[in-house]
Amino acid sequence: MEKRTTLIGASVPRPDAVDKVRGEARYVDDLAFPGMLHVAVVRSPHPHAKVLSIDASKALGEPDVVCVVTHRDVPGANVVHVIYDDQPALADGVVRYIGEPVALVGAVSRRAARKATLEVRVEYEALPAVTDTRRALESGAPVICVPAAAEGGGNVFNRMVLVKGDVDTGFGQADVVVEGEYETGYQEHAYLEPQGAIAVPDEAGSMAVYASMQCPFYVQGAVAKALGLPLAKVRVVQTTTGGAFGGKEDVPSQIATLAALVAWTARRPAKLVLDRGEDVLTTSKRHPSRVHYRTGAKADGTITAIDVDVVLDAGAYQTLSSAVLWRSLVTAAGPYRVPNVHVVARSVATNTVPNGAFRGFGSPQVIFPHESQMDRIAERLGLDRAEVRRRNVLRPGDRTSTDHRIEESVGIAETLDRAVVLADWAERLSRVEAFNKTHADRHRGLGISCVLYGVGLGGKAPSLDKAGATMKLEADGSVTVAVGTVEMGQGLSTAILQVASEALGIPMERVHLAPMDTSRVPDGGPTVASRGTMMAALAVLDAARKLRERVVAVAREVGIPDAAAAERWSEIARAFWTRNVDPAVEGWAKTEPVSWDPTTGLGDAYPVYAFATHVAEVEVDLATGEAHVVDFAAAHDSGTILNRALAAGQVEGGIAQGLGFALSESIPQKEGRLVVNGLTTYRLPTIRDVPLNARVDFVEAAFPAGPFGMKGIGEVPLMAAHAAVARAVAHAMGRDPARYPLDPPYVRELLSASA
Amino acid sequence: MTSLELTINGARRVVDANPGDTLLEVLRRAGHVGVKKGCGSGDCGACTVLLDGRAVNACLVLAAKAEKRAILTIEGLANGDALHPIQEAFLDEGAVQCGYCTPGMVLSAYDLLSRNPTPSEGEIREAISGNLCRCTGYVKQIRAVQTAAERMRSGRNG
Repeated sequence: MEKRTTLIGASVPRPDAVDKVRGEARYVDDLAFPGMLHVAVVRSPHPHAKVLSIDASKALGEPDVVCVVTHRDVPGANVVHVIYDDQPALADGVVRYIGEPVALVGAVSRRAARKATLEVRVEYEALPAVTDTRRALESGAPVICVPAAAEGGGNVFNRMVLVKGDVDTGFGQADVVVEGEYETGYQEHAYLEPQGAIAVPDEAGSMAVYASMQCPFYVQGAVAKALGLPLAKVRVVQTTTGGAFGGKEDVPSQIATLAALVAWTARRPAKLVLDRGEDVLTTSKRHPSRVHYRTGAKADGTITAIDVDVVLDAGAYQTLSSAVLWRSLVTAAGPYRVPNVHVVARSVATNTVPNGAFRGFGSPQVIFPHESQMDRIAERLGLDRAEVRRRNVLRPGDRTSTDHRIEESVGIAETLDRAVVLADWAERLSRVEAFNKTHADRHRGLGISCVLYGVGLGGKAPSLDKAGATMKLEADGSVTVAVGTVEMGQGLSTAILQVASEALGIPMERVHLAPMDTSRVPDGGPTVASRGTMMAALAVLDAARKLRERVVAVAREVGIPDAAAAERWSEIARAFWTRNVDPAVEGWAKTEPVSWDPTTGLGDAYPVYAFATHVAEVEVDLATGEAHVVDFAAAHDSGTILNRALAAGQVEGGIAQGLGFALSESIPQKEGRLVVNGLTTYRLPTIRDVPLNARVDFVEAAFPAGPFGMKGIGEVPLMAAHAAVARAVAHAMGRDPARYPLDPPYVRELLSASA
Repeated sequence: MTSLELTINGARRVVDANPGDTLLEVLRRAGHVGVKKGCGSGDCGACTVLLDGRAVNACLVLAAKAEKRAILTIEGLANGDALHPIQEAFLDEGAVQCGYCTPGMVLSAYDLLSRNPTPSEGEIREAISGNLCRCTGYVKQIRAVQTAAERMRSGRNG
């Protein structure tokens, strides 16, 4: 592991924040190109229908309308390229969800484009729709998805199993068995900046794309496929991205493809930016889930077996569902040592908006169950809830549920101990009990949750776990760095600058991170799975090592001792230039080998795991059912922390998203229609809803193969937070919730059932 | 299209506007793209500007109603290179992540501190409760407003 000195761990302020506070950061909708058209999308009003005809003649007669694009105009493959290529870019003969793109209008103004969508006449013939996973799984249910994408047959996109040990034996050894059914609904990303992309026809028949995104190389692949261009002719530039949270993993491939189709047809730049209402209705969300969970434990609390059935509602097309489902499968046991494991996980097609990535990626759907089960075991056995977790958490040398023996960087027990101290668990528990004895109108509750989170893509997609970086010593001694993963608010760019300057031994002010551009760096995979900073930093370290070697050699040639290299950096840089030494290097990184056997589900699932324990205290108004978080403590093991303030920012933001998921965020779905009106009816946490007294700490169980010992953090806080909050509400009510969100109507329902 | 005369950040501008245009649309067309559109329905506060010194959602104000009134956008807050103390405090406290809510949040804080130089935590919460942030959990933003308030008070006293 690299030696860490002053910069690593320091709360260095983020350089990108200056433009942001001045209002000078440029997001995609702030950009314009000469002759640029605006794109509006004609969308399906039906959950499932045949498209009989599309008549664009009236729209084309409108002033300011330049083109109308349908599936017939797609020059390459008519798909939104993600994994299975089952989703058409523009519907061809059939639509499978409300909001599916059918045609595009390109016009000189956004207003004209929107207006003209109403003049595109589309004739439909309704088909039977399946909008519920229970119905979709019934024998005899109509198959509503593209059959080639349904690997599990019928409406089952994917079916995966995990079998370790023998669960019958495990349950035979158990003194207590608890069983529960858990459901979660939609969670909307609600990044403050809506989805948007601009496609710009470039020289020699190539296409440039400027967009808000997490995964420029996904967008490059998708646009190339739809336009029938070689990858080398598609250049993707990430614009300042106003939040993503997984929502800008796969969806920008669709948005950019649609913009590119208009740009290609009209041979003019074309911009597509979604309105908030359109964004919420038509883009991916967290997969709604149904999970059945059975746990066996001995009298001392030791878990002997789990048997889990997971059903995720994938929506109409595959997008990322197979990868999301895999994370549900391999995370189902949580951070616990479980000798006998049986998990069946299915992603199921319905005529609803396709679901995709959301911070946590299939894991909160199993975390709510595994933490509920843990509390119920504690209750049945009369054990303290923190203690029952302590007896089961993974220790170095243990094997995970996928039989992955993990030796290093296993800090879950330390996070548990730290969180218990930060929360003053035992003392707080007695205060809560005393409070409840003296208050008839309000009750308090305490919840604890422990999570494991695999960092990186893991055994399901090992070819994506790599990263590249370029580094160039300029003649004046400044250094240009470029990496293949992106800043989207989380702080990657600051951490990368810290790592680069630390590794080169020069001040941060001398290092500049170039904007993300696919023509500048090799395909380094997506900025997802809490991997972005870790992987890019590894590639930067590799580049810095190579550049340092050259710096040392050139310094020797001109008689500068190694020890003076930092002070005389400019002289050395000048010597590179005068002596014609190559000043550019490339760095490369890949993760440790991972594996996955699809028949058993076993393998070394991820290169490394992050861990966390959260403790939440809530107060529930017993009359209204309103729950409010009054205290919070969070302890994380994400290995070495590169920047403490930024890491704390990730945790504080994750807590807010987690409490939103547990308490207020939901979207009802009726016959394929999402019942929501943008941010007017979607209940995001506001500044009134969050705990401002959260104590956040890091235990830093270093990951030797990580940059300076770090591993990922991005998604982990949300994972731990929602379950801590939900279990705190459960404690306050004395009832076990079976679904999210624990909004006032559901809390009142539970309270009246217990009366 | 009609012409409107607006006073934006102290400068008089004549801008074209359709009858139904909101102040948000007109400001962005006039190049003030620091004013962000997050929802267009008054729910998120990203388009907050000051109209005669009071914070409003520019997406809920008809552009024509802003004539003859002083409009302050985020671009008008700093004095050249010198940031306003609120902007400084947002940097120092790490209150910025993706930055999309930042201009609106900063201007809501500006409105608050211009009326109330010593706000309580509850008053800060109240003042920026119309500004949604999905990244930060609001913790560092509250601290930033508190820090700005302290600095502005001591600046005035000194």
